[in-house]
Amino acid sequence: MTMATERKERLMQGNAACAEGAISAGVRFFAGYPITPSTEIAEYLARQLPKVGGKFIQMEDEIASMAAVIGASVAGVKSMTATSGPGFSLMQEHIGYAYMAEVPCVIVDVQRGGPSTGLPTKVSQSDTMQARWGTHGDYCAIALGPSSVKECFDLTIRAFNLSEKYRTPVVVLMDEVLAHMREKITLPNPGEIRVINRMKPTVPPEWYEHFEINPHFVSPMASFGEGYRYNITGLTHNPEGFPTARPVVIKEKLDKLKNKITHNINDIVEVREEFMEDANVAVFAYGSVARAARQAIHMARDKRMKVGLIQPLTIWPFPDEYMEHILEQLDLVIVAELNQGQLIHEVNRVNRGKTRVRGLFRYDSELITPDQIFLKVREEK
Amino acid sequence: MELMPKVTHHYLRTKKKFPNVWCAGCGIGIVMGAIIRAIDKLKLSRDEVVMISGIGCSSRMPVYVDFNTLHTTHGRPLAFGTGVKLAQPNLKVIIITGDGDALAIGGNHFIHACRRNIDLTTILVNNQTYGMTGGQFAPTTPFMKLGTTAPYGNRERAFDIAKLAIAAGAPFVARGTVYHVVQLEKLVEQAILKKGFSLLEVISHCHVLYGRLNKEGGAVEMMRWQKEHAIPISAAGKVPPEKLRGKFLTGVLWDIEFPEYCEEYDKVIAEAQGET
Repeated sequence: MTMATERKERLMQGNAACAEGAISAGVRFFAGYPITPSTEIAEYLARQLPKVGGKFIQMEDEIASMAAVIGASVAGVKSMTATSGPGFSLMQEHIGYAYMAEVPCVIVDVQRGGPSTGLPTKVSQSDTMQARWGTHGDYCAIALGPSSVKECFDLTIRAFNLSEKYRTPVVVLMDEVLAHMREKITLPNPGEIRVINRMKPTVPPEWYEHFEINPHFVSPMASFGEGYRYNITGLTHNPEGFPTARPVVIKEKLDKLKNKITHNINDIVEVREEFMEDANVAVFAYGSVARAARQAIHMARDKRMKVGLIQPLTIWPFPDEYMEHILEQLDLVIVAELNQGQLIHEVNRVNRGKTRVRGLFRYDSELITPDQIFLKVREEK
Repeated sequence: MELMPKVTHHYLRTKKKFPNVWCAGCGIGIVMGAIIRAIDKLKLSRDEVVMISGIGCSSRMPVYVDFNTLHTTHGRPLAFGTGVKLAQPNLKVIIITGDGDALAIGGNHFIHACRRNIDLTTILVNNQTYGMTGGQFAPTTPFMKLGTTAPYGNRERAFDIAKLAIAAGAPFVARGTVYHVVQLEKLVEQAILKKGFSLLEVISHCHVLYGRLNKEGGAVEMMRWQKEHAIPISAAGKVPPEKLRGKFLTGVLWDIEFPEYCEEYDKVIAEAQGET
């Protein structure tokens, strides 16, 4: 017999931990389309969601999946989808709609090799930029990058919390290794999990503006059927949600979308650092690569090399402020990525000549090994 | 003389978003009126009605009516509606779409919504062209008719929307016109009352683009064409076959029973919870 207060220890794969985290965060609607290597998230939720009164639906494609997710969220239910590269591309139209219409939802992208159909069963981080710039138009994206099974659980919850708090879609950038790797994980009890729900209006319906402009840049959100009859559109709209072509109103709206992210950077951005106190060299890596980097850093420390790890848990918005500060103390940064170099552009943008930035890229379907990172550090140092 | 507001006026966002975008003589306003009167007759509360549309002339309708309204992306209102309805099955979800919206870019969503059988009332305004973008040929433009992108005549076959919906599994399929407005109102009512996916195709006209290009006259002439070419399905058996040629049937064309998805999913939940 288990005590109610006893925490559950489980052997779990990343995809299952992500799904379990979503349920803990309050997801009660999933719409998706089968795609390797994310499918286990759909399978897990198809079985588990009805047990908690939630709903699962398999749609005709990823475009429809993302549309259904937005529809369910507008109807007041926390909702999500999970996909991989090609499906993530198909979802971009509606991810843009969710930004514009300020609909909270979570999109998990389990990255696999690309471009195109690419390498469905192999690891990659080549959607890093797609998560930032995938849909058309100007916007500020939020994307999180877990690196362990436990982080798949934790960051999925965090993705929902940020999504609900800021009324915006949030992407979880996983990868194939993380998705299918099994690790021991201790699941917290429900009471130990911090869950944020969208702010509800307190004004009567006649005063309600679904896209109210206020100093916080985030408007309270009524659901369909709650007595607040408002309009939602992907067209540029006024605070009431009606289409507009007035330049002043358009600018105000687009500024609001940007400001709600840029004015809350400290709340959204999370960076983990290890051995950075005295480091003059850093390895910058997220996801599966951060695990190899950690090992490489232990190897370097054994050789008395002052190497540390910078692991962004928030990929977008990029941790500009943190990086500007930390780059000052470094002689060298190795940016290790499973692509031909994506985040290195961001590091270079922030660096502006402060220190040496070198890339270690792998895109032949295999993980970067600790040895490779260690050798790269030794070679460049 | 005091002007008494009509039933429809109570449901319009008169102070928010008028005048509307539709051309004078357009049929879409007639469809909107019929939907409002049907909703009023059925005594549905405004709070429980959700109107969802895609992109195009007819898809501008939700902006003008005082319900929960969702103007979505091109071709996808059925997919959005699937999420809304499954999340809150107590809401009455009405989808407004056009022929280009539902059958070209949204064709995949259309056939799957028919097949899946979620209780969505779909009202498809068929004006045989892309109106909002300026008169290009659509999947419903008849063979050899002109469009701005078919300057030598359209060489593609047009969809038969009702047959497509029936073949895809829709349990309720009906057709009306904007000329036969009393019948239209009743068809909307029946479509809303149907438990399951219902499709109502409304033959309308675009005299400004399609009509002018194809020399079919103005709104009056094009509505007269509707009058002369519509045959109620109840009368179809009495009309000799040669007189049916080139005509189209109106009324409830198909009405069968099939388990509705949301109700079926409730059984899934009950089963899953029994399992734990």
